[in-house]
Amino acid sequence: MNSQSTPAWPDELFRALRALDVRQIAYVPDAGHKQLLNQALAEPSIEAIALTTEQEGVALAAGAWLGGQRAAVLMQSSGLGNCVNAIASITRACQFPLLMLITMRGEWGEGNPWQVPMGTALAPVLDTMGVHLNRLEDPGAAYATLHAAGTQCFAGGGPAALLISQRLIGAKAFVE
Amino acid sequence: MSGPLERRAVVAELLRERGDLLLVTGLGGTTWDAAAVADHDNNFYLWGGMGLAVATGLGLALAQPQRQVLVITGDGEMLMGMGSLATVANRGPTNLAIAVIDNERYGETGEQLTHTAGTTDLAAIALANGISDSREITDFDGVTTYRERLHAGGDSCFAAIKVQAGNPTMVLPPRDGIMVKYRFRAALGLGGV
Ligand SMILES: Cc1ncc(C[n+]2csc(CCOP(=O)(O)OP(=O)(O)O)c2C)c(N)n1
Ligand SMILES: [Mg+2]
Repeated sequence: MNSQSTPAWPDELFRALRALDVRQIAYVPDAGHKQLLNQALAEPSIEAIALTTEQEGVALAAGAWLGGQRAAVLMQSSGLGNCVNAIASITRACQFPLLMLITMRGEWGEGNPWQVPMGTALAPVLDTMGVHLNRLEDPGAAYATLHAAGTQCFAGGGPAALLISQRLIGAKAFVE
Repeated sequence: MSGPLERRAVVAELLRERGDLLLVTGLGGTTWDAAAVADHDNNFYLWGGMGLAVATGLGLALAQPQRQVLVITGDGEMLMGMGSLATVANRGPTNLAIAVIDNERYGETGEQLTHTAGTTDLAAIALANGISDSREITDFDGVTTYRERLHAGGDSCFAAIKVQAGNPTMVLPPRDGIMVKYRFRAALGLGGV
């Protein structure tokens, strides 16, 4: 799973985003999103938008929807902590769709203890915020899980998060 | 010392003969200012999400490249979302303009001074982020010129418009964001979901 070569699941996630007609991909990068992001950056029909903070992406997705486009926001689990008011006060208050692809930290062999509290808080926070959780642990389920989450979200079924397991990405090595 | 201009007159001038301009307003004062001019199907008013007006406008501008988008927001709101100026400048939309109604105060919460009353210069910040047409406006002619600039389109532009302190009467637009969202999309010919 922790392959140094290019795994298939990021490509499958990108394929699902294309199938969902997502046209704006906003991100604060995480290592786990690298392969998917490179594809987005290379695709001319998609706007890949670098953010300074994840909450900009929540608002950007709302603006995109107002203008008739679908967006996705890519972030690491700590980034969700930067988005709480944006999700409550914009996404939920106005019932905007919001599709987030969140790479998990702090849950599987995490070498940085500073990541653990937010990683642990993530699922209950999302739940409290009324965001549907879709966990991705099996790389073979990448396309189906994201496609299902996005379909429900853009059909008006409420905000959705795909939680990409740290087990899938591989824990980051901290070595001197 | 706050500026000489009257905020309602400034916003009325920016929105004069607005054509098919799309408008996003920041929570608080600028939402009331826009409503005082006239409620409009092409207005999306934020009643929350402080710091996020410019990012909302960017998503809209990218989705509607044929339409001009204007974000009108407060200095306090802009200070909370300063990073979004970097995001806008680096993305470089050609249909997004920003106007900050800068009273140097958090008017909505009791007129506490913001950093623009002190050392902070929002137009210089926008410029340093890469929005090359960034200006501070202190007279009405400057507002009229900026109105022409933002309707003309082209590279993103930014103005910090110095206005008097003091809150005019509150004029409330619809507070149901779900309704305003549907209304905004319908005016663009977009469907319900
Ligand atoms: C995250 C967040 N913090 C604080 C507030 C409270 N609040 C509402 S409006 C406002 C001030 C807005 O000031 P400014 O943008 O300058 O607008 P003005 O009223 O001066 O026109 C504040 C602090 C809030 N709504 N949300
Ligand atoms: Mg103010």
